[in-house]
Amino acid sequence: MTRKRKIASGQDHPLSYLLRMDRIPHIWCQGCGIGTSVNTLLRALDESDLDMKKTAVVSGIGCTGRAAGYIRLDSFHTTHGRAIPFAAGMKLANPDLDLIVFSGDGDLIAIGGNHLIHAARRNLDMLVVCVNNFNYGMTGGQLGPTTPLTAKLTTAPYGSWDEPFNLPHLLKSSGAVFVARWTPYHVRQLKKCFSTALKKKGFRFVEIVSICPVFYERRNRLGDALTRMRFFKEHCKINHNADTEKTGIKFQKNIVLGNFVDRERPTFLEAYDNQMRAALGDDYVPYQGKQWA
Amino acid sequence: MKADPKAVISGTYFMDGNHACCEGAIAAGCRFVAGYPITPSTEVVERFAERIPVAGGLFVQMEDELASSIMIQGAAWAGVKAMTVTSGPGFSLMQEHIGLAAMTETPCVFVDVQRAGPSTGLPTLPAQADMMQARWGSHGDYEIIAISPSSPQECFDMMITAFNLAEKYRVPVMFMMDELIGHMTEKVIIPDADEIELVQRRWTKKKPEEYLPYEPEPDGIPDMIKAGDGYYIHTTGLTHDERGYPVITPQMQEEQVGRIVRKIRDHSEDIYQYETEDIEDAEAVVISYGITSRVAREAVRLAREQGIKVGHIRLIVTWPFPEPLIRELSQRVRSFVVAEINYGQMVLEVERSACGKARVLFCGQGGGEVHAPEQILEKILELKR
Repeated sequence: MTRKRKIASGQDHPLSYLLRMDRIPHIWCQGCGIGTSVNTLLRALDESDLDMKKTAVVSGIGCTGRAAGYIRLDSFHTTHGRAIPFAAGMKLANPDLDLIVFSGDGDLIAIGGNHLIHAARRNLDMLVVCVNNFNYGMTGGQLGPTTPLTAKLTTAPYGSWDEPFNLPHLLKSSGAVFVARWTPYHVRQLKKCFSTALKKKGFRFVEIVSICPVFYERRNRLGDALTRMRFFKEHCKINHNADTEKTGIKFQKNIVLGNFVDRERPTFLEAYDNQMRAALGDDYVPYQGKQWA
Repeated sequence: MKADPKAVISGTYFMDGNHACCEGAIAAGCRFVAGYPITPSTEVVERFAERIPVAGGLFVQMEDELASSIMIQGAAWAGVKAMTVTSGPGFSLMQEHIGLAAMTETPCVFVDVQRAGPSTGLPTLPAQADMMQARWGSHGDYEIIAISPSSPQECFDMMITAFNLAEKYRVPVMFMMDELIGHMTEKVIIPDADEIELVQRRWTKKKPEEYLPYEPEPDGIPDMIKAGDGYYIHTTGLTHDERGYPVITPQMQEEQVGRIVRKIRDHSEDIYQYETEDIEDAEAVVISYGITSRVAREAVRLAREQGIKVGHIRLIVTWPFPEPLIRELSQRVRSFVVAEINYGQMVLEVERSACGKARVLFCGQGGGEVHAPEQILEKILELKR
């Protein structure tokens, strides 16, 4: 695999070939966890055997949704919550492509929740990275479906009473073949996790418990980004064999991290192919993902 | 280029509009369909599910219409011709993605087999009440193309036109059927593949370093690439520059969104399709489209029998609306009768185009059934009074 790495020049960042440098500086706030999440993914991509020409990234709407705009792959910034079905359309139309969906918790879990569970059920072949900052950052810090109970946000000024999703358990139950959770503090583990996930086929889900210093942390008086990193260092417990029923996140309590699920089952297209071959025999014209035009 | 001889089932069939629509799409080169079952459109996707595995394509039944309507756009950017199929409630859900397709200039086709609404309405009965939604349903300002077939044969023929226009102008095309056209069974002739002319997507000839995804060619339409070609393109629903990068300024809005509106308006003459009948000596002209045009034709015949000089215009392409035709006619005819199954939609376009030069009478109804010819005849006779 050849890579156009320009480290020798001494000028460029080693990952600049994977970034749209003409779009930098980015919009993310100081201390935000999204930058580290993107950086870690790009490092894993850089070390992977994937053909970057055939790798595409799709985002929805929100702070994390802007990632597609900075990553120099074929990149698509779509509508709110619908990155997964857009990516699925790309993958099914051209199975040679490798798809990465990179978006936030509000986008993927709230408005896009239906697509998330169905894509996992069908084992659609893509890596979904969910940067979970516990709130809607782009619109100024509202309650989301991952906000821990009692945490305060602009639409929950007296504290949340709204039970959040336990994402690893949701995804495991829905059928994802790979489910992991890390934080921007655990960059080495996260990169390794991405490397493992990028090698796999099927629906893979990585939750990154992130930092939103200007909204979530500030409104809840949790200190600055550095304090939050220290919290992750001290309160995260790595347990790859954790029972996902018990990986729910409680306000300011210990967070369980790990690669919780790593299993195999046929992808949507493999299952389709098997069924059609069995049912139609020689009449079946295997889907080539090519347009007759 | 010509259609795929292995996929086109040339011959003469007794076929309903929904099935003919599916065959038209296959002949047009569509090999990717995402949909969600909804009456009265379901037979289209049922036929796809049966036909497409032996035609080298893929049908995916999605979890909802939001997913279907964006999945086809992912597929289009990966290089295939793609479409989705629905009816009123699903069409409402798809509106956001019609806007995305317009903004990102993604060629794709939306089939709406119209039923009466609003809301759940009359799921099994016809209407023509999504016509304005087809044009204006997504937020913001944009242009689309809409086609209203009036027979199963036209469902086949015009699906090919729909895909050709979608590719030529990089625009979402609305295929506005209705319950009766969808479920009406008639003779459908499917020609040989080599008689079916297809428009190929405009792939760029530029190298990656020269190519900008939203740099228009002289006709105002940018050439396309597909994901995986090594162009590393970016697209977004945000207002963007020629590179596809977000630029949040009124100037860029005017430059790029203005262009996606103008690329259709400037080519309207190339897109319009309508049939005229007996308009040369007409004092009055009936305007209709889709299922209603079949009744309107009979009403015109009955009026002619009574010695009334009346003509008929059947709109085939409903959007863009053929404003110049109506404007020109309004100079010499006394009146128009607009017949459609709604409480007044395309009639507004006729009134607008006639500019008060000719009287416009509306012959509408809420949906659930087609007009009786006598209803339209009565309106024609009203003009004489």
